[in-house]
Amino acid sequence: MREQIRAVIAEHARLSTPIDQLGDDGDLFAAGMTSHASVNVMLALEDAFDVEFPEALLRKSTFETVSSIEAALFELTVSV
Amino acid sequence: MSDDLSVGVDLVDIAEVARSVKRFGDRYLRRVFTEHEIACCQGPPEVAAAALAARFAAKEATLKVLAPEDARPDWRSIEVVRLPTGACKLRLRGAAARLAVQRGLGPFALSMTHEAGLAAAVVVSGSAPGVGERPTMEAPRG
Repeated sequence: MREQIRAVIAEHARLSTPIDQLGDDGDLFAAGMTSHASVNVMLALEDAFDVEFPEALLRKSTFETVSSIEAALFELTVSV
Repeated sequence: MSDDLSVGVDLVDIAEVARSVKRFGDRYLRRVFTEHEIACCQGPPEVAAAALAARFAAKEATLKVLAPEDARPDWRSIEVVRLPTGACKLRLRGAAARLAVQRGLGPFALSMTHEAGLAAAVVVSGSAPGVGERPTMEAPRG
């Protein structure tokens, strides 16, 4: 799952620091992801994992790191 | 009214919005913008993208004023309403409106612009000295 998340981030987050230089707990917003880019990341994750992020998960912390995204996706996929 | 003011500003790359429309299409538009906003942003792709980018900047600038501590309100609960005069105002609904009331914010003033590939918005709100002391903000009808 992490590699797929990283691939989505590499394509859509438009980071100023390459994703392969960030650890799983590296702050994506600090690495250059804008609020608008986080929308693209969210939509691409929905496509990749066949889920929909509910309003309750639309918080900055959900998309802050690879680990936080993985935790949110885990929550969504096990609750389907 | 208190002299306290809250301000939020945001800047959006118009080409980013154009790419999102091209890549995610209707799903992107309907996840972020209201029917009214989509209807107001018709035209050639570059013109539509500039108008959408300004509206996205307005939503983000508003979120900076609302400063949610937990889940952020749905983007569509912050709407840019174009009045018959051509002027644009903010209308808050749902979670965004509740948050404004809780924080005693309002009324809201909005200014948007775009130039040289970037769109920007500034939102200013009156702010009461104590949370929840003001009943609500004026919402424009339109």
